[in-house]
Amino acid sequence: MQAILRNRKATAGGLILLLIVFVAAFPGLVGRDDPQAAIYGQDLGPSWQHLLGTTQLGQDVFSQLIWGTRLTLIVTVVVSAIATVISMVIGVTAAYVGGLTDRSLSLLTDIFLILPTLPLLIVLASYLPPGTVTLIVVLTFTSWAFQARQLRSQGLSLRARDFLAAARVRGERTSYIILVEIIPTMTSLIVASFLGLSVFVVGFAAGLQFLGLGNSTEITWGTMLYYAQQGGALEAGNALWALAPGAAVALLGAGFALVNYAFDEIGNPALRPVRKRRARTTA
Amino acid sequence: MPEPLLEVDNLSVSYLTDTADIGAVDRVSLTVHAGEFLGIVGESGCGKSTLLFAIAQLLTPPAEITSGRVVFKGQDLVQLTDGELRHVRWRDYSVVMQSAMNALNPMKSIAAQFKDTMRAHKRMSADAIRTRSTEVLHLVGIDAAHLDSYPHQLSGGMRQRAMIAMALLFTPQLVIMDEPTSALDVVAQRSLMTQIKELQQQFGFAVIFVTHDMSVVAHYSDRVMVMYAGQVAEIGATNSIFERPLHPYSKGLLDAFPSVHGPRRALTGIPGSPPDLGRPPSGCRFHPRCSEAMAQCTTSEPDLYTVGETEVRCLLYAERLPDAV
Amino acid sequence: MSLPASAAPHSEAALLHTAGLTRHFRLGGLLSRRMLHAVDDLDLTIHEREIVALVGESGSGKTTVARLLAMIYPPTRGAIFYRGRSVHKLRSRKDVLWYRGEVPMVFQDPYSAMNPVFRVSHGVMRNLKLHRPELDRAQRHEEAERVFDIVGLNPAGDMLRKFPYEMSGGQRQRVGFAQALAVQPKLILADEPVSMLDVSIRAGILNMMASLRAEEGASILYITHDIASARYVADRIIVMYAGHAVEQGPTDVVLSRPKHPYTQLLLSAVPDPREKAVPVSADSGEPPRVIDPGEGCRFRQRCPYAIDKCAKITPALRPMGPAHDAACHVAAAEPLDADGKPAATTVAGSPPAP
Repeated sequence: MQAILRNRKATAGGLILLLIVFVAAFPGLVGRDDPQAAIYGQDLGPSWQHLLGTTQLGQDVFSQLIWGTRLTLIVTVVVSAIATVISMVIGVTAAYVGGLTDRSLSLLTDIFLILPTLPLLIVLASYLPPGTVTLIVVLTFTSWAFQARQLRSQGLSLRARDFLAAARVRGERTSYIILVEIIPTMTSLIVASFLGLSVFVVGFAAGLQFLGLGNSTEITWGTMLYYAQQGGALEAGNALWALAPGAAVALLGAGFALVNYAFDEIGNPALRPVRKRRARTTA
Repeated sequence: MPEPLLEVDNLSVSYLTDTADIGAVDRVSLTVHAGEFLGIVGESGCGKSTLLFAIAQLLTPPAEITSGRVVFKGQDLVQLTDGELRHVRWRDYSVVMQSAMNALNPMKSIAAQFKDTMRAHKRMSADAIRTRSTEVLHLVGIDAAHLDSYPHQLSGGMRQRAMIAMALLFTPQLVIMDEPTSALDVVAQRSLMTQIKELQQQFGFAVIFVTHDMSVVAHYSDRVMVMYAGQVAEIGATNSIFERPLHPYSKGLLDAFPSVHGPRRALTGIPGSPPDLGRPPSGCRFHPRCSEAMAQCTTSEPDLYTVGETEVRCLLYAERLPDAV
Repeated sequence: MSLPASAAPHSEAALLHTAGLTRHFRLGGLLSRRMLHAVDDLDLTIHEREIVALVGESGSGKTTVARLLAMIYPPTRGAIFYRGRSVHKLRSRKDVLWYRGEVPMVFQDPYSAMNPVFRVSHGVMRNLKLHRPELDRAQRHEEAERVFDIVGLNPAGDMLRKFPYEMSGGQRQRVGFAQALAVQPKLILADEPVSMLDVSIRAGILNMMASLRAEEGASILYITHDIASARYVADRIIVMYAGHAVEQGPTDVVLSRPKHPYTQLLLSAVPDPREKAVPVSADSGEPPRVIDPGEGCRFRQRCPYAIDKCAKITPALRPMGPAHDAACHVAAAEPLDADGKPAATTVAGSPPAP
């Protein structure tokens, strides 16, 4: 805990994430207006009643941002979690079992890696029924491969560790070794994977929704971007409507990234920023 | 007695971390004369590698020299700037690291690494570099054909020899070695030690040889320094230390070696383990493991006492025992 | 403190023996034909209540032998028999568990041999669960404390709860032995158990190994490159070079009357601080990498006594004395006196020291 408080990146990133989670959990406390209510003046600039102005339809942008937080966060976390689990199982199994299994799984991973992500996302999303679940499925499908390679490398380096050979010589089954001996030692890497992946998923999710491939009836930061684009926000001089969700996406990504760096630093002292040297004392 | 080549005077090194300052080396003094072979012996955690790095001015944060001097050929190395050090480094003293695989760049050929080293310390023509590289490889018994080899293509023994060759590029007066034989098998080890000794006799450089294995230096060093918990436990002529060890730790260390040729004896080793340098024991740092500890050992820190030609940090040899508390 | 006692001479059947044990590794990719001969044609025997030292430098094949006996990978050729059964043919989980429950292994690196995530009791408990299913939970805990006591980790209750990072290298190695003891082993495969420990700690572990043989009745295959420690604990020594066993016999005999030139070289190179001087040799200590070797003795390039025959025919182990064999064309057997015991000769009958 002390380490977290001392590390500036951890504190900053942690605060950001905490703030966003709080807003997602208790939106009513922060934004009082109904985000869907199109009752206000159109394309208004920022004011005390409408901190971020209103949309083309007269909805309060600030409320939308607040109420859209929950779904945005849920999508991000669910996708990252599932993708991390898949990449972990595939990566570690490939590393530990080796041989033909390794080659096939690595080939699979490589195929998914070279598939152009955005076009694939678009194609998949347009063929499947629109909705949040589709969004989650599509995003998971295209993002698990990123981390699988890295987890496989880690798994390979672990393979040389004697405690795995020791488990084998004890007579443990392969499945036991992977689940109980290997994966728990990789928890910090898995958490780092999750955080790193989240940074990208936030952006990809927003991107897909911006293209209209999400569920446009739900309010998320991504759909806000979509509507801002559709509603001609920039032409109408209402840049804030487009900038606000964009900035929010960037902020969430930054939060994950900061915590990720801090995680690395806390876990690996070699990465910590070097303290200023004290003046040399002489004899 | 001529001026010593190297004089380490009350050197202390600490690791300055966020949470605590850990004293890795505590007021160590030693001298090395020209052409002398000094062995520094101790177990893991005794501070010998830290001491070596401190002498060679190779410490990196959070390790820092907190007091003392390292006077080499009349200059205190601790006070020199990086620029000034570069003139002295490798020309007047050089370093052989513990694991060649760690110190040699796996991506560059031997010739390229020799060239880098030479260029870093002196302006030389490409021809001169090549000639000198070939010369030093011959000195250590490696065929010049290996100049263009990569480290992984050489065996462990050959890599260590290449490291020694690299250390001799400018025929320095002092070569500092950190466990160069620990990764080698006995036959390769003996061969390397013999080679080092021959080169020393040929070129007259002094050697500081750090090792955890006393037997390696037994037949090659002139003097031996035994370190324990960051301090000098005993220092003296090799013969004296091996035939009549004074400090209970030195005795314990020597007794811990099973003998191949002599009679079989029961081995006892030294019970316990080295102390946590963040919280060293009160009084003598060795007392918790010492079979000859007295009451005063728990409270009084022993100085280095002189017994003949040997110095030993042990209350057993104090002229007057401090009063028991 | 008494010396580790030598075991009584054996006439019982062997506990474990290998016949022509061979292991090759393919170098390069799938299509490469170059084979590294790690172990070739090894006939090794271990009896009950015996400590056998397998001595060799790196590249000698000794670690490969340990891994073959531990069934970490299968042999390329040859057989391993344990208590009469073919180990290399064991397939069913029941059979494999049976073998692993009698022949555990202790690893070399105390810092890598334990999973850092779990307490040090983890390995012991798993061994008890897998190999002694008749015990209930309370009994397992008792057993865990018992084996920790035997290896000197006291108080056992507190020690069991520690994490690996809280223990020193020597303590971790003791945990390794405790894990092995938990299965009530007949044979412990100890792969360089003291090589990575400080010298002053080794004595304790070596003494413990000797007492394991005496008190627990376990045999130990002690794999090491350090002849001095082998002399201290082992009843018999097998010297390996480049994948072959080149000499074997009772420890005292092999070390006082070594017949193979490699054994002689090894013995002369061991630094002993109590000796006055070091015998000099021109040998630079380059162990060979045995890739696609042909016939012939693999030591011949370094051997001062090599003759023509050495390049053409691979020497087999042949008797040099009672229970003492060496694989060398040049070495001559001990002349025996009237009682059939080796005559007290020093020079005659063995190649002169290098």
